[in-house]
Amino acid sequence: MNIVVLVKQVPDSGAERTLKSDDWTVDRASASNVINEMDEYAIEEALRITEAQGGEVTILTVGPDRATESIRKALSMGPNGAVHVVDDAIAGSDAVQTSAVIAAALNTLEWDLVLAGAEATDGRVQVVPHMIAERLGVPALTGARKLTVDGDTRTIERQTDEGYEVVQATGKAVVSVWDTINEPRYPSFKGIMAAKKKPVKSLSLADLGVAADAVGGANARTTVLAGQPRPPRQSGTRVPDEGEGGVRLVEFLAVEKFV
Amino acid sequence: MAEVLVVADGTASGGVKKVTLEALTLARRLGEPAAVVLGAPGTADALAGPLAEYGAVKIYAAESDEIAGHLVAPKAEVLARLAGEVSPAAVLLASGQEGKEIAGRLAVKLDAGLLTDVSDIAADGTVTQVVFAGSTIVTAKANGLPVITVRSNSVTPEPAPAAGERVSVDATVSDAAKGARVLERVAEQKGSRPELTEAGVVVSGGRGVASAENFALIEELADLLGGAVGASRAAVDSGFYPHQFQVGQTGKTVSPQLYLAIGISGAIQHRAGMQTSKTIVAINKDDEAPIFELADYGIVGDLFKVVPQAVEEIRKRQG
Ligand SMILES: Cc1cc2nc3c(=O)[nH]c(=O)nc-3n(C[C@H](O)[C@H](O)[C@H](O)COP(=O)(O)OP(=O)(O)OC[C@H]3O[C@@H](n4cnc5c(N)ncnc54)[C@H](O)[C@@H]3O)c2cc1C
Ligand SMILES: Cc1cc2nc3c(=O)[nH]c(=O)nc-3n(C[C@H](O)[C@H](O)[C@H](O)COP(=O)(O)OP(=O)(O)OC[C@H]3O[C@@H](n4cnc5c(N)ncnc54)[C@H](O)[C@@H]3O)c2cc1C
Repeated sequence: MNIVVLVKQVPDSGAERTLKSDDWTVDRASASNVINEMDEYAIEEALRITEAQGGEVTILTVGPDRATESIRKALSMGPNGAVHVVDDAIAGSDAVQTSAVIAAALNTLEWDLVLAGAEATDGRVQVVPHMIAERLGVPALTGARKLTVDGDTRTIERQTDEGYEVVQATGKAVVSVWDTINEPRYPSFKGIMAAKKKPVKSLSLADLGVAADAVGGANARTTVLAGQPRPPRQSGTRVPDEGEGGVRLVEFLAVEKFV
Repeated sequence: MAEVLVVADGTASGGVKKVTLEALTLARRLGEPAAVVLGAPGTADALAGPLAEYGAVKIYAAESDEIAGHLVAPKAEVLARLAGEVSPAAVLLASGQEGKEIAGRLAVKLDAGLLTDVSDIAADGTVTQVVFAGSTIVTAKANGLPVITVRSNSVTPEPAPAAGERVSVDATVSDAAKGARVLERVAEQKGSRPELTEAGVVVSGGRGVASAENFALIEELADLLGGAVGASRAAVDSGFYPHQFQVGQTGKTVSPQLYLAIGISGAIQHRAGMQTSKTIVAINKDDEAPIFELADYGIVGDLFKVVPQAVEEIRKRQG
């Protein structure tokens, strides 16, 4: 069972994030960049499957040079190697274009399963796994809180607003996971040392046979026109509870017509 | 006038989701709204009333058990075929997990521009998106066909009675789109509360609520206010409340008229999911909790005293 895990480097969601005012793309240079959190759960799940059933785990990242840090961090958890698609022409790509690049890269690899996070914390578009499945013509099992791989059958519990759905596919598939699926391991010291020597293959668009004018902000099907900080919320009245806090609260709700 | 396709989303109890009515309202700015119902046989007739009332000139009914029995891909396939036939000015969907997924596949099939989590649409097709934990507002547009997912509670749905003419459409699905079979649907949601992302009032509890049993207090207040219950990640991770109710960066984004944060510190990842709420109220015993920085009204105190007293007071007022 060979598994490719899609790992995106994103600006830390715990720090301030901004858009560049020239092209309205994410200011990644000044941000503190980390592995997209959900992707760590995908890595963990892939490792658990291959540890139990054999096979290799490969990390696949599309991103600028500096994404190398995240790739090494991902490798320190245990995967065998990585593929890094890096090309200046990709900058500013939208989800449709990004998925084309990822799909082309997957076509150069041998895999049985692709694992991804359910959502990236920067774009939050939640669509890349289905887009890749659409392009590759394989089923997508998305939003998993549980994954069972039994021979050729993959079954997930897909989290929904009402509860969950049991969804099944056979053969090659793309699976995306939420943080409810497992608890990712911390890299060991040995893992961190080993990661430095693991193979990271760098691929350009030319290597993938993707035309440079099919990607990038200038050729995207969506254009960001402007971005501006949302005026911060003002803090309002703060009342200490001196025994009447609940009543005061309801008085406020009544004035605002909620009660 | 060109048609604008609005994919209808149904509620668990068989109605039309409010976000669909919002999408129909926004669609009128771009052209003539036509609803699309994708589901098991019988779904379209059940939803027809509200769809017509809120402006659907036509209701395209694509109904088959194959659509209902597989994940997303059949819906995108049927929708792409329909879009090919009617050349819409735009396609609008709800910004939930499934709506985004259908939209993503559709955008790939049609080489269209995908715009997710949209909170406003102008007549020229420019959309507004609130990004980065509600800290940044972006305007964007599609080059080519816009495929837009609309965030709940973006606009007030406005009735605009229209014909709602039923048009049956080809619902056959290719084998390629039937790869992900839905074997079972399990409902875990308790009670009859409004859905979290659609609710006008959301009452959320955090780690401060301290146990799963104590969440009854949050539920009681939510029920009195006709609201939904939410939870912080710390509350979910501690097992106090199920994950589908998590509000924040890695949970749901809500934008209700009223958001009550109870025993929640207000970490940036929690704010990401509730910052655009109209009115925010916080109850926290720590007067330095960051949640107070964005609360319109805050009570500094012990939630186990404040909430029961508030519940009692509301009961008294409601008679
Ligand atoms: C604030 C903001 C808003 C945006 N809005 C839109 C929009 O409305 N429409 C649009 O088309 N684009 C949009 N984008 C661009 C979009 O985020 C990027 O094209 C991105 O590469 C794909 O979207 P995502 O990361 O949000 O993917 P998601 O679908 O949320 O990511 C899911 C998973 O896919 C995998 N993945 C995603 N990207 C990569 C990658 N580069 N390398 C490896 N694995 C990856 C990861 O496993 C990830 O967990 C937006 C970007 C930002 C920052
Ligand atoms: C990548 C990432 C994604 C994340 N996504 C999310 C997300 O989607 N949603 C989310 O919520 N968090 C998310 N988090 C976690 C977030 O950073 C916080 O840890 C979390 O929101 C804290 O939850 P809390 O406020 O309930 O708990 P705490 O921070 O522990 O706060 C509890 C609060 O309750 C108060 N309190 C305690 N007892 C009482 C009492 N008796 N009466 C009144 N007040 C009391 C305390 O003063 C305190 O302010 C994410 C973190 C990361 C790194």
